[in-house]
Amino acid sequence: MRYAMVIDTKKCVGCSDCVVACQNENRVPIGYCRDWVIEHAKGTFPNVSIELRSERCNHCENSPCVRCCPTGASHYEDGGLVKVTRQECIGCGACVQSCPYDARYSHPDGFVDKCTFCHHRLQEGKLPSCVSVCPTECMYFGDLDDKESKVYQLLQNRNWKVLAPEVGTKPHVYYLI
Amino acid sequence: MNKSRREFIKLSAIGAGGLVLANPLLNAMIGQVNAAEPMDASKIKRFPTYCEVCFWKCAGWVYTDEKGEIWKIEGNEDDPHSNGRFCPRGTGGLGMYNDPDRLKTPLMRVEENGMQTFKEVSWDKAFRFIAEKMNKIKEESGPESLALFKHGSGGAHFGKLFKAFGSKNITAPSYAQCRGPREVGFNTTFGSNINSPEPVDLENTKCLVLIGNHIGENMHNSHVQEMSKAIDRGATIITVDPRLSTAASKSKYWLPIKPATDIALLLAWMNVIVSEELYDKKYIEQYAYGLEDLQAHIVDKTPEWAEKITTISADVIRQTAREMAFHAPATLIHPGRHVTWYGDDTQRLRAMAMLNALLGSWGRKGGFYFPEKAKVPSYPHPGYPPVNWTWKDHLDGTYALAGSSIANVFVDMSHPDNESDYKIKGWFVVGTNLISTIPDTQRTLEAIQNLDLLVVVDTMPMEITGYADVILPECTYLERYDDMRVSPNRFPNVAVRVPAVKPKYLSKPSDWIVRKLAKKLKLSKHFNYESYGEVIDWQLKQMGSSLAEMREKGVLKMERKTPMFIEEDDYHEFGTSTGMIELYSLDLEMEGFDPIPNYTPHPEPPQGFYRLNYGRAPMHTFGRTANNPNLNELMSENCLWVNPFVAADNNLENGQEVWLKNQDGVVSDFPIKVRVTERIGKDNVYMVHGFGRANKKLKRSFGKGISDTQLVTNVMVDPVMGGTGMRGNFVSFVTDKPESEVIS
Ligand code: SF4
Ligand code: SF4
Ligand code: SF4
Repeated sequence: MRYAMVIDTKKCVGCSDCVVACQNENRVPIGYCRDWVIEHAKGTFPNVSIELRSERCNHCENSPCVRCCPTGASHYEDGGLVKVTRQECIGCGACVQSCPYDARYSHPDGFVDKCTFCHHRLQEGKLPSCVSVCPTECMYFGDLDDKESKVYQLLQNRNWKVLAPEVGTKPHVYYLI
Repeated sequence: MNKSRREFIKLSAIGAGGLVLANPLLNAMIGQVNAAEPMDASKIKRFPTYCEVCFWKCAGWVYTDEKGEIWKIEGNEDDPHSNGRFCPRGTGGLGMYNDPDRLKTPLMRVEENGMQTFKEVSWDKAFRFIAEKMNKIKEESGPESLALFKHGSGGAHFGKLFKAFGSKNITAPSYAQCRGPREVGFNTTFGSNINSPEPVDLENTKCLVLIGNHIGENMHNSHVQEMSKAIDRGATIITVDPRLSTAASKSKYWLPIKPATDIALLLAWMNVIVSEELYDKKYIEQYAYGLEDLQAHIVDKTPEWAEKITTISADVIRQTAREMAFHAPATLIHPGRHVTWYGDDTQRLRAMAMLNALLGSWGRKGGFYFPEKAKVPSYPHPGYPPVNWTWKDHLDGTYALAGSSIANVFVDMSHPDNESDYKIKGWFVVGTNLISTIPDTQRTLEAIQNLDLLVVVDTMPMEITGYADVILPECTYLERYDDMRVSPNRFPNVAVRVPAVKPKYLSKPSDWIVRKLAKKLKLSKHFNYESYGEVIDWQLKQMGSSLAEMREKGVLKMERKTPMFIEEDDYHEFGTSTGMIELYSLDLEMEGFDPIPNYTPHPEPPQGFYRLNYGRAPMHTFGRTANNPNLNELMSENCLWVNPFVAADNNLENGQEVWLKNQDGVVSDFPIKVRVTERIGKDNVYMVHGFGRANKKLKRSFGKGISDTQLVTNVMVDPVMGGTGMRGNFVSFVTDKPESEVIS
């Protein structure tokens, strides 16, 4: 099993619903977030285009954060999820520094927090909160090892990219372009 | 009340007056939950609601946690407005409940040591004061002299109180300041209004045409969802907008039109479709009145003619017209929503309606469907007394085609310069911040000075509360019952709202406020129930359901009774006077207006000025949400979109703060940050509406960004229906802090 999130930038409207839904679902304190939305504009008026995309932890296959964690709090779970065990986290912030995507934050309660792919929801057979709220349904979640899955199909049939491929982290969040 | 008595009370004075601000509980950090604590799933409860963060009224579920506090809000999967997915504002709706700046207790204007201030009073005292003033107005000038400005479901309860009291002078700025022209433009063409939600079949459209309509930035939930599906299906999107809106960025064709020239483009599109005989011949022959008149009218409105006006090349005009015709009748010229732009808006919307007519899209799959609405019996009451006059008498035939009351006319009727016999002496303002919803704030304030009574009902200390005699704190939609949502849709349906939590502070639901006030006014017989839940339960039982059932379902869907589209060999009768689609409007002709739209040039920005355009951001609903802790965090101020050339010409840098000065010399209260972007052209600047809140009590949003309304002093009134055109204002940049910066 290889969990992946596929996000269609052609449909995302940048509404940030994914951000609010995640904050509520995961009780992220006001002022912090596990996901965020980027707008990138190219060209000059009137030949201009934009890309909108929702970003979060990439649940990298080759994660610098897991490697640098001194206590083992940052670890892999089944399906390639990268998670932090709160009780083991000493809040040193090494992982926050090591993440090339700036996906982690220091929670005011003294541990490091970030996107979990809503592991608690996956265990209940639900989709991640951001995926299930997105009004444009531009986010897809599934198992890349399953050739029938929508995520697998989309990556077969559409152009895609990952963020900062040059750093070699092998992200599991893909963007359709 | 004499003039000097209605100053805007500086809200810092409230603290001195001893309001509950000092209570640390009320100022406790919001949304702070110990995230390390796991939640006890067995203690989680859910309650049905429909969202009140905007007018889309999506039905959903409010979840409360083990402490009985609101945890999250999600969409109801059976609801056609949300399809189980709320927009960011609805998802963040719990911020309305948690906002520590909420109105917490009834407040009354008093004079202390020669200074006006608000004082906390009991509900009973507030009601006694209001009832006394209402009765006095009734004795002196009749009950009709009381007017209600309302928005949202709280306002509906007050509407009943007004009718029971003897006044039908009830209005909402959502008509003349927003969607009114499209209702008249489409009604004079098809004999039907558009209403809300718009009956557009985005689900099946093959070609979507957006004219200044920025779906995706306006988060009209189901339409955003359906547009996204249209993108998936590869539908053609044509967007006409001087700015690269989000929708424009997803379009096959983006037409960056010169602002205020849309009617020329629409006429040229019709010219191509008619002259190339691309229109739906069978449909037009069967249903349309006035094709020959239209033909003669547009014969010279060629793409070449329009290119000179709109700056859109004749080739693109032809190409897009042909593409629309290719996909017809599944081509949808979306009517939009906020359409009060230049004062000839009814005519522009009519041109859009006529283009739809030529393409045969009204009543056709992929165009417009015929909505159906559930029939909900009204709760028994003794009937309302007759009224002697309404706003229509004051107008005496002017704006005869307006289908709803005109909020700005109510301001006129309250203004000291009103010479008619129909004068308004007191206002109730429920859930609408007239300071930023009605343009020409100065005039609104003059009218306010002239009132004997101003009661404001709101959840938040919006600017209008500062001018009130009495402020009544309404609880949020999460804390109350309301009327069921009954809106026209593909299938008739109703949705219920029940309280998920108890009202915070001393706030109360509008139905309670109205019942208690009615008692003081001896009108209790009209409000014969103890809780609004009883009313809904009674209604649902008449419909074969019950409140208990609806607590589990949230939404009740019913079968349609009539076809959703015009059927092939059926004959459809339109609601116009001819019973046909009027390409030539007899109603407009009779009222002395152009029966077929004409393009008239609008003034251009003077040297050194830029047209002020404004719009929406997906995470905010006008000024209502600017202070919402969850949403404020996503966007805490608006910024000014400026083209790089304009920035260079004016020595502006990205992120720099500027003040704006309009053509009438009005300078913004607050500065706004410049956003240099290629997404906008050189003749206009753009900002999101709803910021620049001027009430200090809105701690999070006070002074953040600019209120566009403040700069809209040139109001171009639509002669057909009285709408207030607001896009003819021009601004220049002020880079040094102006001396007279007003901080209220
Ligand atoms: S909720 Fe969906 S459309 Fe909105 S910003 Fe997030 S990914 Fe984009
Ligand atoms: S998957 Fe869950 S935790 Fe991750 S960004 Fe989405 S909602 Fe937040
Ligand atoms: S569109 Fe958003 S804010 Fe409006 S009613 Fe629906 S969820 Fe609420």
